[in-house]
Amino acid sequence: MTHPPPPLGTPAVRSEARDKVTGAARYAVEHTPPGCAYAVPVPATVARGRVTAVHAEEVLALPGVHAVLSHENAPRLKEPDDPTLAVLQNDRVPHRGWYVALVVADTPENASAAAEALRVEYAAEEHDVRLTADHPGLYTPQEANSEVPAVRERGDFDAAYPAAAVRVDATYTMSALHNHPMEPHASTAWWDDGHLTARDSSQGSTKVRDTLAQVFGLEQGQVTVVSEHVGGGFGSKGTPRPQVVLAAMAARHTGRPVKLALPRRQLAAVVGHRAPTVQRVRLGAGADGVITALAHEVVTQTSTVKEFVEQAAVPARVMYTSPHSRTSHQVVALDVPSPSWMRAPGEASGMYALESAMDELAVATGLDPVELRLRNDPDTEPDSGKPFSSRHLAECLRDGARRFGWDRRDPRPGIRREGDLLLGTGVAAATYPVLISPSAATAHAAPDGTYVIRVNATDIGTGARTVLAQIAADVLGAPLESVRVEIGSSDLPAAPLAGGSSGTASWGWSVHKACALLAERLERYDGVPAEGLTAAADTEPEVAEDSPYARHAFGAQFAEVQADTVTGEVRVRRLLGVYAAGRILNPRTARSQFIGAMAMGIGMALTEESTMDPAFGDFAEHDLASYHVPSCADVPAIEAYWIDEDDPHLNPMGSKGIGEIGIVGTAAAIANAVHHATGARLRDLPLTPDKVLPYLDPAS
Amino acid sequence: MEPTSQQETAHSSVLTLHVNGTPHTLTLDHRTTLLDALREQVGLTGAKKGCDHGQCGACTVLVDGRRANSCLLLAAAHNGAHVTTVEGLADGERLHPVQQAFVARDALQCGYCTPGQICSAVGMLAEAAEGHPSYVTPPEHPPGAPAALTAHEIRERMSGNLCRCGAYPNIVDAIGEVAT
Ligand code: FES
Ligand code: FES
Repeated sequence: MTHPPPPLGTPAVRSEARDKVTGAARYAVEHTPPGCAYAVPVPATVARGRVTAVHAEEVLALPGVHAVLSHENAPRLKEPDDPTLAVLQNDRVPHRGWYVALVVADTPENASAAAEALRVEYAAEEHDVRLTADHPGLYTPQEANSEVPAVRERGDFDAAYPAAAVRVDATYTMSALHNHPMEPHASTAWWDDGHLTARDSSQGSTKVRDTLAQVFGLEQGQVTVVSEHVGGGFGSKGTPRPQVVLAAMAARHTGRPVKLALPRRQLAAVVGHRAPTVQRVRLGAGADGVITALAHEVVTQTSTVKEFVEQAAVPARVMYTSPHSRTSHQVVALDVPSPSWMRAPGEASGMYALESAMDELAVATGLDPVELRLRNDPDTEPDSGKPFSSRHLAECLRDGARRFGWDRRDPRPGIRREGDLLLGTGVAAATYPVLISPSAATAHAAPDGTYVIRVNATDIGTGARTVLAQIAADVLGAPLESVRVEIGSSDLPAAPLAGGSSGTASWGWSVHKACALLAERLERYDGVPAEGLTAAADTEPEVAEDSPYARHAFGAQFAEVQADTVTGEVRVRRLLGVYAAGRILNPRTARSQFIGAMAMGIGMALTEESTMDPAFGDFAEHDLASYHVPSCADVPAIEAYWIDEDDPHLNPMGSKGIGEIGIVGTAAAIANAVHHATGARLRDLPLTPDKVLPYLDPAS
Repeated sequence: MEPTSQQETAHSSVLTLHVNGTPHTLTLDHRTTLLDALREQVGLTGAKKGCDHGQCGACTVLVDGRRANSCLLLAAAHNGAHVTTVEGLADGERLHPVQQAFVARDALQCGYCTPGQICSAVGMLAEAAEGHPSYVTPPEHPPGAPAALTAHEIRERMSGNLCRCGAYPNIVDAIGEVAT
């Protein structure tokens, strides 16, 4: 008898791979119901003011136009929890790009032409879109994103910092960033006998269903939202976005199914962005490098529509020994688009600043940057005093250093030349919290020995179907091929979003629980009854329990860069990450998530920025020609490794989230490598040639 | 889909596209791109719309054997063209070697760029075999001789296809496997 490997922990091929490489996988606007119309939104062309006229009649006379919706005639919505969804409800323009109308026509061409032709008049008002560290409108919010306190103080920073033997005081700035998933936000919606169905490009269709039911005044049972395949999200599809509300409105108004795919050039204003930050970090340490005082103070922006505060100071509460600590956020509401989640909100921005400052402290103390971090590895979580459920940052740093060849590094900056190029290496640490939400699932055994798992998980590219099948097969002691997983519809058992690196843990726990129940029941039966056997589970009680542990994933990133002294261009030559993220459930898809997030970190470090045009009050980069997502040539062979962690304090699978930690620390590792290569400490991302070139001496 | 009458007007033309070997005679608005014709008229949604502006490569198909961004082509200018989309690459159940390599190397995550990557790779492999140089091909490379597809060459030649999921390292491996 042969024993196949246990399903969990093996590199199973993602189950939808074949559909994705043959074009059979269909996304949100890739089913066309009969009689389908096409909708195109019209964005505001002023940064602040009121709509005074919408000349719908001119456009209704154009060929094929079915309807023009605006605040004058759009269906009234019940007030949504998220005010960015209150579209076409009043005449107010809170920022440029805010939707002021929606055109519905019989073909995509007619809809686009009519949307382009629609004349809208405004009473424009003065706008304020400039984030500065001393903006008079800055205030301290109650909480930052993720419901964390905006301010934390421990000990007496103001006394400890001046007394420290070595001090670093540096301010780091970052432009806004945009998620830009390859599939723009899109929905197909139709009403049938009072039932609303939407195919939506979303990271969690249970939440979209609940929101549509609420704003249209329906029962949850009257709404179905399907998100079968989703072309990426990275946070920007984490909660419902305007397209699904607009599509549902248009379908109700016209009595037809409506497809609405947001044009790429409209996305920057309406689906969220990583807010720009100004981050001041002060580190005080002894001559031995041990930190005595740490302050991380963040200034950021939100819109006048809603408060979203990028929680960039939060990782400083977790990372290092710091008996005297201050971590704070201040925010100003500007006439700008509403910020939102972008891959590792808080950690990605915050660890750029903190890990850059650590590099500066290493230089100031003359310590190796790896050694400095090892000396500040705390026994308990500094902010809470809780023990860590597991923390293997030191192992990640040591293992990464060994694989990368760090011990051969000469710490002197600006001395390695290869023709016109200057070379350097850098390191940074990474962290991401363990998050989890309650989820429901059912497990069904059929008499033929197969199983069906049902849970409204979403696959945004993580391989959710595959890993959930692995979890189920593992608990049931069944071959992987005997398990079918149904996800991606709000008619399935309710589940949280694919976000916060919490999807697999949240859905997986409910699948685990349902399968364990099913296995127990199967034991009591002599064979499966003809109608099959089903078990249902909900993890509400388990997830509600407070953990006595501080639970985080950790990692270490190593980068080698070259800086061209003639052009100022920085390129990444090598990028290597080592992670400690609990048990890795599927090494194949996990590795893809790690390297993918590290590739996004290259963009954050070197190419991506959304700059605010003060005159127009809008992001200058509207498309993929101006917003530079890394291309194939920008990304070297990336290496990702992990340390097997056995952490019993997480969930029955022993897993931590892995979707976001790869971007955390990557930008700092690259920026630190740029310092090592060039000797220039540049504190403003991205490190584009115009910023780098002035510091470079052509080969002498 | 609305039934289309096979009649030309000032704003539309009747034309035939040979898609994956099957002729489709369509009445198309002159503004219709090849991408929209495929997705909305022919019903083949394998080619994706990522930007509609020739900036991402998600819409890449093969037009008369050459890779092209179908969002930048007006369908009316391609009467009689032979178009291969990702749906037309496999031989029945047997995947094209590039498709097979993408599966084996996990060269995809969300999958939205994937059809474009695969069509682009198929077109690129043919270009390299025909000796088309790229920006990184050494100047001493003999004209017309097949280009050796190092990882560096593949990265350069595939840079018209963005992947926001960052699957590039696996994409390069997958294409490299087919190239050797
Ligand atoms: S959709 Fe054609 S290049 Fe982006
Ligand atoms: S696989 Fe998602 S964009 Fe490439």
